[in-house]
Amino acid sequence: MRYRGRVWTFGDNINTDLMMPQVAFRLPLEEQVKYVFRANRPGWVEQVREGDILVAGRNFGTGSSRPAARLLRHLGITCVVAESLNGLFFRNCVNFALAPVQCPGVRSAFTEGDTAEVDLVAGTVTNLRTGACLQGEPLPELLRQIIAAGGLIPLLQQQGYLE
Amino acid sequence: MGMTMTEHILARASGQARVQPGDLVVCRVDRAVLLDLNFGALFGEKRIRRLADPRRVAIVLDHSVPAPTVADAENHRRARAFAAEFGIRHFYDVGAHGICHQVIAEQGLALPGQLLACGDSHTCGAGAFNCAARGMGAEMLAIVCTGQTWFRVGPTVQYVLHGQLRERVAAKDVFLHIAGTYGEHANTNVEFTGPGLATLSVMQRHTIATMCAEISADFALFPADEMLEAYLAGRASEPYEPVHSDPDARFAEVRHIDLSALEPLVALPHTVVHNVRRLAELRDVTIHQAFIGSCANGKLEDLAAAARLIAGRRVAPGVRFIVTPGSQEIYKQALRAGYIETLVEAGAVVTNSTCGACPGLHMGVLGPGERCITSSTRNFQGRMGSPEAEIFLASSESVTAAAITGRLTDPRDL
Repeated sequence: MRYRGRVWTFGDNINTDLMMPQVAFRLPLEEQVKYVFRANRPGWVEQVREGDILVAGRNFGTGSSRPAARLLRHLGITCVVAESLNGLFFRNCVNFALAPVQCPGVRSAFTEGDTAEVDLVAGTVTNLRTGACLQGEPLPELLRQIIAAGGLIPLLQQQGYLE
Repeated sequence: MGMTMTEHILARASGQARVQPGDLVVCRVDRAVLLDLNFGALFGEKRIRRLADPRRVAIVLDHSVPAPTVADAENHRRARAFAAEFGIRHFYDVGAHGICHQVIAEQGLALPGQLLACGDSHTCGAGAFNCAARGMGAEMLAIVCTGQTWFRVGPTVQYVLHGQLRERVAAKDVFLHIAGTYGEHANTNVEFTGPGLATLSVMQRHTIATMCAEISADFALFPADEMLEAYLAGRASEPYEPVHSDPDARFAEVRHIDLSALEPLVALPHTVVHNVRRLAELRDVTIHQAFIGSCANGKLEDLAAAARLIAGRRVAPGVRFIVTPGSQEIYKQALRAGYIETLVEAGAVVTNSTCGACPGLHMGVLGPGERCITSSTRNFQGRMGSPEAEIFLASSESVTAAAITGRLTDPRDL
């Protein structure tokens, strides 16, 4: 499973309340996505397009269980690569088919606007502008299967648990 | 090579003799706890055909209780219908409610040696009961359907506690010391041990374990001791078998904390990670709101400490002092003990039990330019309302001191 896309860069400790503030909780999905990163990066939502990739620092996604990963995926982000990812956010990424990769050294290897290529099986992240290739954590097959199914909900539907 | 407490539970739940950091394991979940927010997009739109075991599912209405909006009322309606359809016995509706982690504690739903999953990030608080507990998102759906889920086994950092907290230094300060000194613990488990443990009540341990979500710990476990056994006596929902770290368990790091040396601390806006100061250094910061509540610090001990400090004093002019008990049970106990009367007479607002102001949902939302000191869980930008508000995080003693003086105050100065 490979992803190639334009890179947006973020720093350390980017939290779920920035991705999905509580004012978005009670809104429909199409409205919720308008609030993503509104406090720390106003206007970003209008610039994102399908296939883009986030490259972030340490502890990305710290905070709440809210489905923030679902909003990022809905905006078109396919892959989140970070120095480290909060464990709960990592789970939500897998659940909503947003590919998560932990890759030490990745933050300084990318400048915003670069093109990244990510290989989930090998766990490699390549900067196609500079040629730098970093070794991150491969994603286990069990988790790749959830992403390949389009996320946890389609998988549970396939398995007959949900109508 | 031995195993840590977390590794023992994950090994037991995955049916293996041993697990180690780096493993991916599929585990049977002993208890799954759903909350009102789960009945929004996730459980609202999807019709579940069958549950793995309804007896292992609990539902707590907590984030917005009683419903402040039609959307919340609809979530509550769906939760009631779900509980009725599947015969969920552990259903805590309005009137029997509380913040889910407090209800989990009071009802003995998190037990030593067990694995618990809940749709809220502060689930790790149940680690105080020697239970491997963690917050989940969408996989709460999978867990109630299949009865199992996966875990990546992470390395464990051990904190060895020594000494005893001094007066007006709180369990919250222990956590703030850890967050300020060591920062985040992403993909890492935390375990506590040492002679200082015996000086911390089960609820103080629960405060510390709950706050470990804020340093991104996966699991945060305390050992089972006599104090825990006494707490669980008469409330455990079923028999249990505690786990202990083996003498040769491997820890990524062992760190020592002298509880006697700690002082009242505060996290500055907008993170706790490497962002903590001594309150004694920050005397000129005025506040608009002081809040006591949440799964971390809406406990009877918090209300008692606040009532003791404010008795015979008053809330400062221009300050809103909001106190939200962690559960209906705590509300009743505080009522009987006279804490609520003391607080209200001093000018505080004591609300119904709910998550409320902590996630900025209702009853204490902040406006632009406002400054709040809170003993709740998080001080992220925008967490309690406007992104232009500032949130300082401290103990309930320190929050009460600020409510009295109108500015950040070391509670020992009162």
